[in-house]
Order: sequence, then C-alpha cells, then structure tokens
Amino acid sequence: MEVILAFVIGGLYAAGIYMMLRRSLVKLLIGLGLLSHAANLLIFTAAGLTRARPPVIAAGEAALAPPFADPLPQALILTAIVISLGVTAFALALAYRAYKAVGTDDLDKMKSTDQ
Amino acid sequence: MTLLLPLPLLIPMLTAIITLLAYRSRRVQRWVSVSGAAALLAAALWLLTEVWHAERGIQAMQIGNWPAPYGITLVADLFSAIMVTLAGIIGLAVALYSLASIDPAREAFGYHPLYHFLLMGVCGAFLTGDLFNLYVWFEVMLMASFVLLALGGERGQMEGAIKYVTLNLMSSVLFLTALGLLYGLAGTLNMADLARKFSGLAPAQPTGLVTTLAILFLVAFGIKAAVFPLFFWLPASYHTPPVAVSAVFAGLLTKVGVYALIRVFTLIFVHEPGFTHTLILIIAGLTMVTGVLGAVAQSEFRRVLSFHIVSQIGYMIMGLGLFTPLALASSVFYIAHHIIVKTNLFLVSGVVNRLGGTFELKKLGGLYQTQPGLAMLFLIPALSLAGLPPLSGFFAKLGLVQAGLAQGEYAIVTAALGVSLLTLFSMMKIWNEAFWKTPVVSDQSTVNSEHASQSVSGGQWVLLLAPIVLLAATTLAIGLGAGPAFALALRAGEQLMNPALYIEAVLRASGMP
Repeated sequence: MEVILAFVIGGLYAAGIYMMLRRSLVKLLIGLGLLSHAANLLIFTAAGLTRARPPVIAAGEAALAPPFADPLPQALILTAIVISLGVTAFALALAYRAYKAVGTDDLDKMKSTDQ
Repeated sequence: MTLLLPLPLLIPMLTAIITLLAYRSRRVQRWVSVSGAAALLAAALWLLTEVWHAERGIQAMQIGNWPAPYGITLVADLFSAIMVTLAGIIGLAVALYSLASIDPAREAFGYHPLYHFLLMGVCGAFLTGDLFNLYVWFEVMLMASFVLLALGGERGQMEGAIKYVTLNLMSSVLFLTALGLLYGLAGTLNMADLARKFSGLAPAQPTGLVTTLAILFLVAFGIKAAVFPLFFWLPASYHTPPVAVSAVFAGLLTKVGVYALIRVFTLIFVHEPGFTHTLILIIAGLTMVTGVLGAVAQSEFRRVLSFHIVSQIGYMIMGLGLFTPLALASSVFYIAHHIIVKTNLFLVSGVVNRLGGTFELKKLGGLYQTQPGLAMLFLIPALSLAGLPPLSGFFAKLGLVQAGLAQGEYAIVTAALGVSLLTLFSMMKIWNEAFWKTPVVSDQSTVNSEHASQSVSGGQWVLLLAPIVLLAATTLAIGLGAGPAFALALRAGEQLMNPALYIEAVLRASGMP
C-alpha cells in the first residue's frame, strides 16, 4: 500500500510542477492544487499506515494496545485541507481579476512590474 | 502571567474583529485600529521586560493545558520577545501612517481588519513552539498579505500579486512536505521535543535523512525570507501596493522567514553544522551581492529599496551561518535595526511620492530645497542602512564583521564590507536624484506635484511624518544606546546557542522531566 501511495504522490508532485511551469494562469492554479494534494497524501503516508486499528481504548482496557492508527497526521491534514481550500478560492478570484486587469492569461505577458 | 503570552495574539485578533464589525463607520475603524496597535506595542514591551527579568529567561505556556509534545506550545525566549516588540513598533507606526495614506475605498473594503490579522499572523509565528502551528501562522499571515497586496485591483498590483501568491504557496507546499516527512521520522512536531530527539544524534549515526529535511526547510523558509536564488517574487511585488502596505511587508514579512530559519537552524538542525551552516553562509554571501547589484541597477524609489531588502537578508543569515553567540547576537541586532530602518525608508518614499507625484527617481528632484526637514528624515535611515557610525547599522555590521573575523571567514567579511559600500552608493543615488539635483521642470510630474501637495492637509502631514520621526528616533536611540541594545542582543544570541534552555523551559512547563 505504501509503495502504491508513494508512486501516486510522486506522480502528483510531478504533474503539479509540470502544470506550474506552463504559461497559462489556470494551469498554474491547477498545478498548485495538485501540489497541495500531494503534500497532504505525503503526510498521511509518511506517518505510517495502520489498517483497521482506530485509536480508541477498548471497553475494559486502561490504555491503547500498541498497533493503532496515529490520529495526529489526520488532524494535520484536515487543517491543511481547510487552508488550501481558502487559498485556492482566493487564488481563483485573484486569477480572474488579474485576467480582467491584464487582458490575458499568459504569464509571459505579466511582466510590467519587472522593468 | 499565563495571560501574557497569548496577549500579542489576542489583541490584534480582537482589534481585527471589532474593525470588521464596525465596517460601516470609517471613523470607528480608524480609532480602533490605532489603539489596537498601541495596545499590541504595550503588550509586547511588557512581554520583553518580563522575559528579560525572568529568572529562567524563557517563558512557555501550553494552550488548553495539553502537555508539551501533544498540545500547542507558546514560547517566548528573548529573540521571540524582541521580534514581537519590533512587530508592535512597526504595527503602530504603519497604523498611524495608514490613516493619512490609505484611500477610503480600501478602508471600506477591509484594510484595517486585514492589517491586524497580518500582525496577528506575524506575532503568532514569532511565539509558537510547534512547527505545524508555525505553518498555520504562516498561512494566516500570508492570507492577510495576499488580500492586502491585491486590494485595489490595479494592474501592477494584480501582476505582482500573482507572482507573490504563487511563490509563497509553493514555499508553503514545500514546508508542508518537510513537515510530513519530519513527522514520519521523529513522531513529533513540537520544536523542543524535536530538538531533544535530534540532539542525541551522534556523528556516526546515519543523519542523511535529517540533513535532507534540513535542506527542505532551508528552501521553504528561504523562499519566504527571499534569499538567493529564491528572491524573485520580492522585487516584482513589493512596489505595487500602497506605500503603507509595502512598508509593513518590507519591515515584517521576510523577517518572519529569517526568524524561522534562525529558530530551526539553532534549535533542531544542529547535527551537521559543517554542511548546513556553511551552505547558509555561502547563500548569505550570494544574497548580499546579488541584492545590492540589483538595487544599483534600479531607478524607481521603491524598487531600489526592495532589492536592498534582499541584500540585507544576506547579512541576517550571515550571522546564522557563522553560528557563534556573537554572530547570532549581531543577526538579532541586525534584524531589529533593519526592520525599523527599512520600514522608515518606505514611509519616506510615500511622502516623496506625495510631494513629487512619482516614484521614478529621474522625474523627482529639488526636495532638499523645498523640504529640508524631510531630507534629514531620509538621511537618518539611509545612512543607517549603509552602516555609518553612530547609527544603528554601523554596530550591527561591526558585530557581524567581528564574528566573521573571529571565525576566520575572510571571504564573507570582504563581501559584507564591499556590499555596504555599494549600499551607500545607491542610497546616495536616491539622495542625489530625489533631494539634491535641481527639479525637473516643464514635465507632467510638476503639474502632478502641485496637485498632490495641495491635497495634503495639515492634519495629514502630522499623521504622515509622526511615524517617520518615531522610527528615525528609534534608529538613533539604538545607535546611540548601542551598549544596552547590544547587551540585549547578546543575551538573545546566547540563548539561541544554548537550546537546552529552550527545551527545558518548554518541557518543564508541561511537567515532563
């Protein structure tokens, strides 16, 4: 399972970076989205995958039995997902306004601030 | 005592919420904004004195009383407290300046709440003791800065914002990636706990993965701190928003990246300084040189200043690369000096724009004749930036050079001295073009300038100049009182070089042995 996820994550990073290197504004945003998904999956995988062992203390026990799924990475991912939702929404609005203001979605044309 | 640590977070949050609720009344928003900023400065000064006088030096508290490696920790050592105080000073100065320089349309669309959310994010990043929490504060700060940068929707702002947003989000993704791998490796993200786990790493043990992670963090924070070769977003975006926004960005945002670099590379990744810190030193040298060369080539007031930010970041991380108590103390001193001076220069550029109608140095001129007082107010931070005694920049550079010589790193010392000469050159270029030369006549700009100077009323003048005078006085005070100021920085540097104190303070606060 880890191996499959490793390939999925690698593919997502590669696709994200490829999209970010394109000149179109929309593709840039898709690339950012893919990258943040890849990072979330990476946290999920790197923290270790444990199947069917929820971190719940069974009735009559005093402590957790050792192999259990770590809840913290999932909490981290939830936070990261919420943040990336907000950021993506803002980036989409910004891209639209930039398209309106500049008149094109070609990033190579957006260089009046670099001169 | 338990109230004190979260106070620099609660005050800006409350201020932002109140200004948000009072969105109908511009007058209420403005009053609340300034008094909130003043309260933040007061709380920050209180925190600084408390940390300075405290017996153990470092204050820590656990949010929600969850013990340390599990809950979120707030920590204030001397370095954090100094940074929060600086944020308070800049917060108040720019809040005042905004009253006279931000147009009513921007105020109506939430300038004041965003400004205080930005300050909250900055203070949060300085105070947190947990790496994931640091990521969250980074995002709070970034979200506010994105909107502040884009607010107004002019074409230049949009183009600058696209670059700024893209590269900062890229850096956040790298940071998140590094966090995921670090959690997989160490099983914790509490900084003190991480430091304790990694301090046991003997040189014989395989540390390759830890070093790789260190480099991932270096890249992620390096983008935010705008080091070579990751700084391109900064000069492309910092000159596009209104001056007040530029000034607060220039003063505080990149320094949060520098703060994170110093924190992580003094506390957690100290297992292989021969590689990581030498790399930082090389980056520092290249950052200084490329930044200043970029500045020399520019002829727009705020773009010159933006490139100087990049150059100055090099000095700050030079102290980190040298990695001795004196070097880190000089870095802390340099950051303090730079934040005040750079913000002040941006504020002056705004007044110059008000008077001359443009930021283009070629079209300005003759301001020394009409405004000798303003010219003096420009000279103080400008000469301080270049490092002339007895201003604050001189002592900051002196400390770094001494630390470099003590370590035998002659190449970086040469670079530092050469770059400060070029800094003086480009500050003199601004002086000659904007203040000294005879004004350009029969041009569009003179028409603009008459129009612009008429629109500045007496009350606005006070609001524009008061923060500049305040910051210039602070620069002078740091320079003239360099002894006590440097003693403060030295103690911060010693604390940074002794992570055991930090670890002990955090884990003791949670009752762990």
